[in-house]
Amino acid sequence: MTTPLAEVASSNSTLRAFLHGLPGVDRVGADARAAMLGTRSIKTTAKKQAVDMAIGMVDLTTLEGADTPGKVRAMCAKAMRPDPGDASVPPVAAVCVYPDLVATAVSALTGSGVKVASVATSFPSGRSSLEVKVTETSLAVAAGASEIDMVIDRGAFLAGDYLKVYEEIVAIKKACGDTHLKVILETGELATYDNVRRASWLAMIAGGDFIKTSTGKVSPAATLPVTLVMLEAVRDFRAATGRQVGVKPAGGIRTTKDAIKYLVLVNETAGPDWLHPDWFRLGASSLLNDLLMQRQKMATGRYAGPDYFTLD
Amino acid sequence: MSEQAARLAVRKTYKLFVGGAFPRSESGRSYAVTSSKGDFLANAARASRKDARDAVSAARKAFSGWSGATAYNRGQILYRIAEMLEGRRAQFAAEVVDADGVSAKKAGELVDAAVDRLVWYAGWSDKIGAVLGSANPVAGPYFNLSSPEPTGVVAVVAPPMGPLLGLVSVIAPVIVTGNTCVVVASERAPLPAITLAEVLATSDLPGGVVNILTGSAAEIAPWLAGHMDVNGIDLTGADPELAVTCEELAAENLKRVLRPPAGRVDWLADPGIERMSAFLETKTVWHPIGV
Repeated sequence: MTTPLAEVASSNSTLRAFLHGLPGVDRVGADARAAMLGTRSIKTTAKKQAVDMAIGMVDLTTLEGADTPGKVRAMCAKAMRPDPGDASVPPVAAVCVYPDLVATAVSALTGSGVKVASVATSFPSGRSSLEVKVTETSLAVAAGASEIDMVIDRGAFLAGDYLKVYEEIVAIKKACGDTHLKVILETGELATYDNVRRASWLAMIAGGDFIKTSTGKVSPAATLPVTLVMLEAVRDFRAATGRQVGVKPAGGIRTTKDAIKYLVLVNETAGPDWLHPDWFRLGASSLLNDLLMQRQKMATGRYAGPDYFTLD
Repeated sequence: MSEQAARLAVRKTYKLFVGGAFPRSESGRSYAVTSSKGDFLANAARASRKDARDAVSAARKAFSGWSGATAYNRGQILYRIAEMLEGRRAQFAAEVVDADGVSAKKAGELVDAAVDRLVWYAGWSDKIGAVLGSANPVAGPYFNLSSPEPTGVVAVVAPPMGPLLGLVSVIAPVIVTGNTCVVVASERAPLPAITLAEVLATSDLPGGVVNILTGSAAEIAPWLAGHMDVNGIDLTGADPELAVTCEELAAENLKRVLRPPAGRVDWLADPGIERMSAFLETKTVWHPIGV
């Protein structure tokens, strides 16, 4: 790295030179590595630990047009006590809602330690003016959100206007203040792994505290190889700058098996420092029930059924 | 020119039938199946508890569609299974000869009986409601109607004897009313069950309505009996010891249990409707008169 990171963003051309100077991603290699790590066998006590760790990393999410305050309150109750019949199940890391429902979630979760994350910046498309995005972020922060999930302007990114994307993230980060900022790259729209690596670095240089794969509204959402590329980016970024950035795959993670594959990937790529809810999250909704069913299977020795868990 | 090399035999790989597909056992295990005389016939997959789990998931996924289909449609599909079975009569007769050591003539009769059994149950699809349902006289201004509803996912331990007729006689009554099932085929004679799966797969039967596992009932059935997402279990093919174990496990989520019959079953006899009614719930609706 020839240019110090602070100066990289001085103009679009320096930013472009830096991002395009990042080593290319070997697509076949990344796919093969992710697939290979996905075959690791995690059983018995290790699996128990992994399931509890995964539950503690879940960002329980509802991002539907039909969300109601009642639904959000029900989800918050589940976030605090995922299995009403078993107090040993840890609470999840956070709930993730639209900005207008932040206040509802905050009041439902008071004193529980479960954080409230809010999507902002014209989620999921990100197609609006910067003023609107900053205002939306400020309102969510004012309502009590402790984490903001913003989307990047994929149109600007794909058009090569990296400085615009950078400045937007900086502006949102400023509006966030101390609130944690997660930057959604929407990797399903970035087309190549090289772009994923560039967008990851861009988001980290701009001050993002987390980089997140997807909104969950675009297919493909989170995949193992894309998460691998992002984990390599946060690892290299810490080596270069000393600042640690978290990773959050979101969307399409539905089974315990998937969740454990991600944990293996974290451990083997970024390292055990990231195996903590402060540094790794799983954005999901239906995943939690599968984790609970697996937990119950290990506790009782019989396969669990979805009839015995809440519908969400 | 030298004489042509002898043609290599193309032998069938007998696999499981789960969710409309034919996967191998996830465990990679298989076991040798022999004829009634002890000659080697083929290797069959030895299903594990995880195959049973996958089969239950497939059956659960298929349940809403199958139970929501009209009784007429389910009857048509059962009739279609009978048609496809009829078309493979010779193949099934040969397999029954191998498995049971009966004469070719007797085997043909058993296949015919299996076809007839399917047609018989197909006819029941839109009649069972009239027989088991009722309009109940109540002391109030209400229409009170009871109708039979399918129980859900049913695990079936198929009888060890009667590899085709016995199998058809336990599957058909479970699915005709709208249940979906996971069947543990006869361990001794599983090959007709997998050939039947090929018939089911080509009969417009939605994938997952019938799932067939081959292997040891003693190994798989307890997992199905304990599974919280299974709503009923038919223990027809379980030996007395296994039946007791399974019934105890089934108590946890109050599964409907059909106990194994006492003594030897004559599968050629008129089956009656007991096998259908064993896996039906009764839904009763109170409807105010004049609204």
